[in-house]
Amino acid sequence: MEHIISVLVENKFGVLARVAGLFSARGYNIESLSVAPTLDPTTSMITIVTAGDDPIIEQIMKQLNKVVEVLTVVDLTETDFLDRETALIKVHTKPEHRDEAIRIADIFRAKIVDSSPTTYTIEITGDVDKVEALINLLKPLGIRDLIRTGRIAIARETTRTTSPRREPALLKS
Amino acid sequence: MKKTGADIFVESLRHEGVKTVFGLPGGVVLKIFDVLCQQKDIELVLTRHEQGAAHMAEGYAKATGKAGVVLVTSGPGMTNIVTGLADAYMDSVPLVAFTGQVSTNLIGNDAFQEADNVGISRPCTKHNVLVKDVNELAQTIKEAFYIATSGRPGPVLVDIPKDVSTEKAEFKYPDQVNLRGYNPTISGNKHQIKQAAEEILKAKKAIIYVGGGAVFSDAADEIRELAEMAQIPVTMTLMGLGSFPGTHPLSLGMLGMHGGYWTNMAMHYSDLLIAVGARFDDRVTGKLSEFCPEARVIHIDIDPTSIKKTFHAHIPIVGDVKAVLRQMNVMLRSMDGNAAEVKAWRAPWLKQINEWKKAHPLTYKQDDKVIKPQFVIERLFELSKHNAIVATDVGQHQMFAAQYFKGTKPRTWLTSGGLGTMGFGFPAALGAQKAFPEKLVLCITSEGSFQMNLQELVTAVEHNLAVKIILLNNGFHGMVRQWQDLFYEGRYSASYLGKIPDFVKLAEAYGILGLRAVKPNEVEAVLKQGLKHKGPVLMDIHTDPFENCYPMIPAGGAHHEMMLEDPPELRHTKKGGAQKRKVDEGEGVLPA
Repeated sequence: MEHIISVLVENKFGVLARVAGLFSARGYNIESLSVAPTLDPTTSMITIVTAGDDPIIEQIMKQLNKVVEVLTVVDLTETDFLDRETALIKVHTKPEHRDEAIRIADIFRAKIVDSSPTTYTIEITGDVDKVEALINLLKPLGIRDLIRTGRIAIARETTRTTSPRREPALLKS
Repeated sequence: MKKTGADIFVESLRHEGVKTVFGLPGGVVLKIFDVLCQQKDIELVLTRHEQGAAHMAEGYAKATGKAGVVLVTSGPGMTNIVTGLADAYMDSVPLVAFTGQVSTNLIGNDAFQEADNVGISRPCTKHNVLVKDVNELAQTIKEAFYIATSGRPGPVLVDIPKDVSTEKAEFKYPDQVNLRGYNPTISGNKHQIKQAAEEILKAKKAIIYVGGGAVFSDAADEIRELAEMAQIPVTMTLMGLGSFPGTHPLSLGMLGMHGGYWTNMAMHYSDLLIAVGARFDDRVTGKLSEFCPEARVIHIDIDPTSIKKTFHAHIPIVGDVKAVLRQMNVMLRSMDGNAAEVKAWRAPWLKQINEWKKAHPLTYKQDDKVIKPQFVIERLFELSKHNAIVATDVGQHQMFAAQYFKGTKPRTWLTSGGLGTMGFGFPAALGAQKAFPEKLVLCITSEGSFQMNLQELVTAVEHNLAVKIILLNNGFHGMVRQWQDLFYEGRYSASYLGKIPDFVKLAEAYGILGLRAVKPNEVEAVLKQGLKHKGPVLMDIHTDPFENCYPMIPAGGAHHEMMLEDPPELRHTKKGGAQKRKVDEGEGVLPA
């Protein structure tokens, strides 16, 4: 099963290499990874999308926690969360396809952020399904280039009464 | 007053109580070595190879419980200690390795003797840091020692660029560490411990399975108390040996691939497994799907990642094993019935184990022509009056030593368990001897392993480290040869060591005593003379090249599927073996 793990780390030299190296050394999978500083400039947030059965995810959480510069590890999939990804998609636009490209972008509330005589570059932000749906619709036009940020995610405030927040696996042991 | 980085380095080590540093100089650490030679509190042991320094520091750390300290130069100096770091990481040995680095302005330029020390060591250290500013040096060293020795111990590497060692900063050794992401759990969860205690009282066929963690946390007394109070037998992993006396009636000795028949049978049929600072390594568990099939599992470990990594745990307890066992013993004492009752409750289980032991004890066939390695270890154990620090290398001799040298105290058994590093034993013995000059330190090794770090003979001489080297010389990489006999139809690919140096002459060349035994009736005299000798000794003992180590769980086998002796077809081929050894007294070189 897919998990989105937020890893708050000290904003220091080599920390990302340590976290990424941990995944490769133990054969864990990284589907996407994004890193940026937080409000506190001494820390960064790494968002990792990974997959594995429960024992593997438990090990990943524990192994991440073991890294000296890692401050907190949260498996967002254990909670209620929002996730977003941004993609920039450069599509070929033959004259007869230019209207079609704009129509598709409109349906997804995507923006055309650059245009050339033969291409449009479309920016889309949304959850993964939305981004992938747009990519699939644009494919027939011909995608020249595509870049995705990887997913970022944030927990929802837990004022809601549905879906009680479960204790993270790590604390159970 | 401002001090140079090199002075800060030495001052910081002094504050950490470091007495000995193992290392070798080079271009970028010259300033540090220059300061070292102008003071007397910290002694440098100059090794002849950086790998030797790393293993010596490991031996020192394993024997004392304090961090071993290594100091080497950049580039090849650092890459040469990688094996030692990896070994220390696998076996949780507290090590602080200081490596020189090219000046900060040259980093990344492929400068002379530059290597990415932090990058190379990242997967084989608990933590590592490149110090970019001399103002951070003292704090970094403080944290390095704290991280190396606390929680689950391990190696920490501190990379010091040349300019950091020469630049100046105000020196004040910090009082505390500042690590917001590092805070090992010490005491265990009370609720979990209570549950565990209840299981212990309920179980009929309980067994305590002790790993290296028990040695590091000094939990020997607590384990003994638990075992005796609850009448539960204790088995130890290779790393856990010494944490419970091997001579105690409740000791089952080592378990796993070359564990006792009774030990592995007890594991297989147990109904409660109390794992103490152990990590369910594959050499211990064998086939995981058939490992302890009926047992409830209590797993106590300071490292949460060790729990449920390879095997399930019904009651996980994260914490320092000494602290947790103390809590548990207090609880048990308040819950326990009277001693006679407990004894009666456990009696059938202990009786069953005893029957297994009687049926298949550790055994070998004594021979009057060729020396059996087990015989040497047995005699050594007796002659050393059960009172020695033993370092081993890796292979058959290591397993024989684990089986027959029944260590009685923690921190007296130094071996490379996780990484299985040949070449570990001799320098590790030197490190231990350096820490305890008055104690008897033995290095049980073999011709294969010993040749991987024999350059340190001169270090032994220079520092008068009176290590007794017992070299079981069988002319083979013995464990490889055993596997080839058992699983590769006896094709000795690269396991036969055709040319072997004359170890007695080698010893003499280094100026130490060399002795040799080639016949069983010479063993006693050689061991006695060697153990009595004041300085370092190398005892070259020619052992049966075809002796195999049993019991053995073949890789991927289950605990109850042990091989107890050579299979019949093997006994046949061995008799006519083409490379049967002709012992040539005096020469000490095994003929092809």
